Amino acid sequence: MFTQTLTKRVLGSNLVDLLTGPHGVDRYTELVAPTWTLAEARAKVVAVRRSTPRSVTLTLEPNAVFTDCNSLEAGQHVNLTLEIDGRRRTRCYSPANAQGASLLELTIGLHDGGLVSTYLRTHARPGMIVGLHGAGGDFVLPAQRPRRMLFVSGGSGITPIMSMLRTLQAERFDGEVAVIHYARSAAEACYSSELAAMPGVHVLNVFTREGGAPGPSGNAGPTGHFDADHLAVAMPVPDAVFVCGPPALVDAVRECCPQARSESFVPAAFVIPAGPSGGRVTFTESGVGVIDDGRSLLEQAENAGLSPENGCRMGICHTCTRRVTSGAVRNLTNGAVSTPDDEDVQICVSVPVGDVKLAL
Amino acid sequence: MSQQKITSQQKITSQQKTTMSPEQAEAFGRELDAIKDRVLADLGEQDADYIRRVIKAQRALEVAGRGLLFAGILPPAWLAGTAMLAVAKILDNMEIGHNIMHGQYDWMGDPATSSREFEWDNACPGDQWRHSHNYMHHTHTNVVGLDRDIGYGILRMSEDQPWRPYFLGNPVYAFLLMVLFQYGVALHEMETERIRAGEITLADKRETLEGIWRKTRRQTLKDYVAFPLLAGPFAPFVFTGNLSANLIRNVWSYMIIFCGHFPDGTQEFTVEETQNETRGMWSFRQILGSANLTGGRLFHLLSGNLSHQIEHHLFPDMPARRYAEVAPAVREVCERYAVPYNAGPLPRQFGTVVRKIVRLALPPRKHDEPKGKPDETNVDRGDVPARIA
Repeated sequence: MFTQTLTKRVLGSNLVDLLTGPHGVDRYTELVAPTWTLAEARAKVVAVRRSTPRSVTLTLEPNAVFTDCNSLEAGQHVNLTLEIDGRRRTRCYSPANAQGASLLELTIGLHDGGLVSTYLRTHARPGMIVGLHGAGGDFVLPAQRPRRMLFVSGGSGITPIMSMLRTLQAERFDGEVAVIHYARSAAEACYSSELAAMPGVHVLNVFTREGGAPGPSGNAGPTGHFDADHLAVAMPVPDAVFVCGPPALVDAVRECCPQARSESFVPAAFVIPAGPSGGRVTFTESGVGVIDDGRSLLEQAENAGLSPENGCRMGICHTCTRRVTSGAVRNLTNGAVSTPDDEDVQICVSVPVGDVKLAL
Repeated sequence: MSQQKITSQQKITSQQKTTMSPEQAEAFGRELDAIKDRVLADLGEQDADYIRRVIKAQRALEVAGRGLLFAGILPPAWLAGTAMLAVAKILDNMEIGHNIMHGQYDWMGDPATSSREFEWDNACPGDQWRHSHNYMHHTHTNVVGLDRDIGYGILRMSEDQPWRPYFLGNPVYAFLLMVLFQYGVALHEMETERIRAGEITLADKRETLEGIWRKTRRQTLKDYVAFPLLAGPFAPFVFTGNLSANLIRNVWSYMIIFCGHFPDGTQEFTVEETQNETRGMWSFRQILGSANLTGGRLFHLLSGNLSHQIEHHLFPDMPARRYAEVAPAVREVCERYAVPYNAGPLPRQFGTVVRKIVRLALPPRKHDEPKGKPDETNVDRGDVPARIA
């Protein structure tokens, strides 16, 4: 413990900063062990489980930087960064472990055509190093736990709810808890056995593609999508409702229970519009917005009164590089269209394709 | 509207004349773009792994080299430590620093290999380098009066630079620049020739000077104060080791860099010639103004792949390890368009550079070939090449 603090103080000292300049001490310590850094939050994958055909569960060991700066509450989410084919990608996930656990558990559901989920489903293995940052979120249990709580989850929306349930279990919560979990089929329902085994938790599994799971009496349970009947079966009069899943599920629950706390993760629908001009271009850091007139982003920014750094104005020197945070742009020199992820582009040779947000 | 034609003429040795019409230039540019697009579409894990491996090797050599220098009282330790630190600095300067700052690895999205964030282990501030090199040098390559790499403000490297008695010291200034190269590069953005000519004052360059001072001070403290002091009684060995490593890096990078645009056969251009330049003509100028160095894979690595100067000038933001791969295709395109492709071994290319430095120290003889192109009017630009705003 003492040596740990001493090491940190030495490594963080001005002298070490000078000696390891200009790269910084992390660029040396990470060569010894990839998660040994002073400033970057990282984690090592220590276990990988593929318990359903369309999901992968990762157990992560975060490094000291992460644990020192973040205390995740049950239900909160975190940003995971990993490298796929040389390029960094970032996605947001809710850990499923109980609050305060030393290891993080992420269950990633497979999205059709999803880059990161497909990659992790196929290639995740112990020893992988990932970046972790941006822990936060409002989808949490109230400090004063309500006596009767209903949790509704759809697909991989079960992960923050598992975190909440496990936390309640650890606290020996003695109120009433019910869970309605929507999955496509029994085989795809994550955590179903753990849920069934949780004492004091009434679980209703609804399979949207097969028939309903048998209820406690052995008769077939509800089917299809959420409605007031499902609510009645699970917990007719809850003190608090928590829902996490696709937007349609969240909307349906909020119709019945307007006070429900909710969270929804949807892969961004990335559609390249047919008409390439006339969209709205927003320069987010300057608070300026224009209607796209087909010229390069640099020219449109200058026309709007901004003066972005630039150089050769022909896509060579990278002086004008800025980040596209929303939408797509096309590169004039090679016709390539940018990806759905945040991407750095040379604005002197990029034209908007539809609505675009640029960090400028 | 008149036809735009760049007629280029080899100035020194051969009489080979190369012409390229606008249509040819267009097709030429497109063929080169096709080569570039093929590589860019292929970038991925192997390129990311490569730069990480080079970085890892560089850091390991640096740590080991500095470590050995602490035992530098033993000559083998001093020699090995100095050599390892020198190679580490060369790798950091060239294959890693120069290439990352060009944006060659920006596509990775990793802050450690991002051009905007990278800072290299020498006296020159990264942001100033990015401006003077990525933008000014690569856009205005070999244009006398715009490309300040022609002479660095203190040397006469082109016959188009008018001679003055000051230039009798050309070889001396060149030698001094070579041994102090990291400081020469650091001071590049000061535009000292313009200060001497009275065009700007030192006060105008205050911010630049502050940036240089900040970087140089930390580098000096690191190599010449902090590390030696840490060695206690062995301080002199660490000091001389660091000094030698910096010197080796200075000399090596100077040699490689001066072979990029100055060997016999390379071409300079006037501002007039490059007005309204199309992209195809830009590529044409890049090739005529650059020269390659031949050698093995280790040589290419240690030169930061600046041995492929032609490919680098055509594709500055393509990861440099790919230049060897595309060089045969570039050469083939040049052959078909009758564009000369200048390449030779280091001793020969650098020999012609040294010869040029000495020759240009002397005033031009009356029976020398006329300067410039047949259709260029002689413009007296005075002592300092005029800057076109």
